[in-house]
Amino acid sequence: MAKKSVNDIMDIKAKVLASSDSSQGITRVYVHMGTCGIASGANEVLLSLQNAIKENNFKNAKITKTGCAGICSREPLITVVSPGKEPVMYEYIDSKKATIIFEKHIIGGVAVKEFAFARGMEYQIAARKEAKGTLPQEEAMDKSIPGIESIPFFSLQTQRVMKNRGCIDPNNINDYIARDGYSAAIKALTTMSSEKIIQEVLDSGLCGRGGAGFPTGLKWRFAAVEENSQKYMLCNADEGDPGAYMDRSVLESDPHSILEGMIIGAKAIGAHQGYIYCRAEYPLAVETLNKAIKVARAFGLLGENILDSGFDFDIEVYEGAGAFVCGEETALMRSIEGKRGNPRPRPPFPAHAGLWEKPTVLNNVETLSNIPQLIEKGSKWFASIGGEKCKGTKVFSVTGDIINVGCVEVPIGTKLEVIVNDIAGGMEEGKIFKAAQLGGPSGGCIPAKHLDVPVDYDTLKEYGAIMGSGGLIVMSDQKSAVDIARFFMEFCKEEACGKCIPGREGTKQMLNILNRICDGSGTLEDIDKLEELSLVIQKTALCALCKTSPNPVLSTLRYFRNEYIEAVSKNKKEVK
Amino acid sequence: MSEKIEELFQIEQLETLDTIIKSFENKPGSLIPLLEQTQDLLGYLPLCVQRYISTKTNTPPNTVYGVVSFYSFFTMNAKARHRLQVCSGTACYVKGGKEIAEKIENEFHVKMGEVTADGRFTYEKARCFGTCGLAPVVVVDGKIYGKVTVDSIDKILEQYQ
Repeated sequence: MAKKSVNDIMDIKAKVLASSDSSQGITRVYVHMGTCGIASGANEVLLSLQNAIKENNFKNAKITKTGCAGICSREPLITVVSPGKEPVMYEYIDSKKATIIFEKHIIGGVAVKEFAFARGMEYQIAARKEAKGTLPQEEAMDKSIPGIESIPFFSLQTQRVMKNRGCIDPNNINDYIARDGYSAAIKALTTMSSEKIIQEVLDSGLCGRGGAGFPTGLKWRFAAVEENSQKYMLCNADEGDPGAYMDRSVLESDPHSILEGMIIGAKAIGAHQGYIYCRAEYPLAVETLNKAIKVARAFGLLGENILDSGFDFDIEVYEGAGAFVCGEETALMRSIEGKRGNPRPRPPFPAHAGLWEKPTVLNNVETLSNIPQLIEKGSKWFASIGGEKCKGTKVFSVTGDIINVGCVEVPIGTKLEVIVNDIAGGMEEGKIFKAAQLGGPSGGCIPAKHLDVPVDYDTLKEYGAIMGSGGLIVMSDQKSAVDIARFFMEFCKEEACGKCIPGREGTKQMLNILNRICDGSGTLEDIDKLEELSLVIQKTALCALCKTSPNPVLSTLRYFRNEYIEAVSKNKKEVK
Repeated sequence: MSEKIEELFQIEQLETLDTIIKSFENKPGSLIPLLEQTQDLLGYLPLCVQRYISTKTNTPPNTVYGVVSFYSFFTMNAKARHRLQVCSGTACYVKGGKEIAEKIENEFHVKMGEVTADGRFTYEKARCFGTCGLAPVVVVDGKIYGKVTVDSIDKILEQYQ
């Protein structure tokens, strides 16, 4: 494959857009194959569709394997688009159902109502809202199937980071280019100065989506002003927070958006080498990234003299080896250097001395995949939604005892109740909401009485939780708050790297106390000790992992102290 | 721990190992991917293998051991025929992953990180596979099983002898 020029990229886009399926009489079948989909049986569905097409020698059907379609609890999902007709999305598909859909819909052009979930595709929602249903250029399918714009799970979301989910093949760069892919990289490399890119990012109010919410533009500026011929642009894909998988979803369904974000960031800070640090638990993400990088290199979008702009930049994927602490920036850099992933005190900050002591910027997956649209559409567009300080959207992976489990993207500042009750569809049958846990082992709980809290960095802190990286776990009243606190403390104790004493010993002692309370041998004094230890660890631990580890305990003590007292009062020996 | 590397592994395996080591020559920071590939090849990283890598790459043995013992992906014990991982992520925990882990522990008399007496399973607790929509999740030899119950786990494990 020859390297492409800017014009070549534009040509590809025009060509893909011109060669529509319907003009060629092709039925397009999207099989949504993220890790969740595959685990639910998407491979079997794909196989039976491929077989059916082959056996019937049906040449007018084409299959596109996409990443996750967002609503994980209804996997496996497929979407069928007959030529000129509106798409139909099917849920809970198995190979038998797939064969029926093949006969009736793919060959016959008639929707199979009993398996159907929605009419239309997610990227059409805005247009469908305007058209009040079926788009004018499409022929309507069975109208008793709900339109996707009327399903709250989809219609209440704002798609930015997730804009390509379910509609592109992550392994086909042309699909990405056709959806405006790499046009921001072209703009940044050919028409913008480093300073202009940074100013745009600063003005947009984009802040780091990894959890801390630090302004991305500022981080870039710190590294840009460093005078050093060797700098590094890193992507943190070590999504370690248990119960959070937004980044996996982006990595698997839209890898080029991350590469493009990194190219723009590299140009801004003056880096020529990038690394994506991805956790080993995500084999499909690693594979998808490696394929994307290979193609991008062949296209000349990575490597020397990118798109003839004179700018060199290349990316390598670095697979983690199972250590939560490596999500912490200084630990991550030690790990890429091939060492134990021990964090180290800051300063020096990585912008000054990071990977191999060179100026380094580390951005989270979601942060980077925001960059291309921000650059293309401008900071004003970007800042048109969001919270007071942090603009744009946040993706949450909403899981637990709710009806619709999946990845949810909403403007920062959206009320928690909208996410839990409307988008996620509320609690499973017979269960009562107790609390939503945000931010995983560093976060806290929001109880029912505060469900109307806007999900924003500052407001959540006031309520004792944090925005975190996007894990949002809804718990019913059948779960014990003390047990959940114990669960997170066990996690932190096991994952503490052992370098600092508050982290190594403090978490262990806190876990001992929590274990005592849970098995009924705790005392009232233990609760006081927990609080005291929490404050010491918060003040003295070396890095964010352990500094924030008491948060789940403090937050459950704040809202569910009665459960702690109840647990210790079961201790018969306790003298009252 | 005085076993010799030549006694534990075949000569062909060691030749492949040499090729792997060679492929990382002069590449800074390659110890972790080198160890990952070695573990893929040999199944585990006993001390003699660590010493071998240390000598061949001119890396102090304590550095190699330090890395192997730090990351949960690495193991120094021989693996069973199958790798059984029970997810202990938050969503799985909330949805009953703990009960599944307890059942496995009682049935096979194993603790986390151990190998079952019949050499059938290496039992591990995993952090989170990011498939929380399917919680609780059990993974056998890399294949993910979702919405597992204490009843359905038996049938899943039966397929792996």
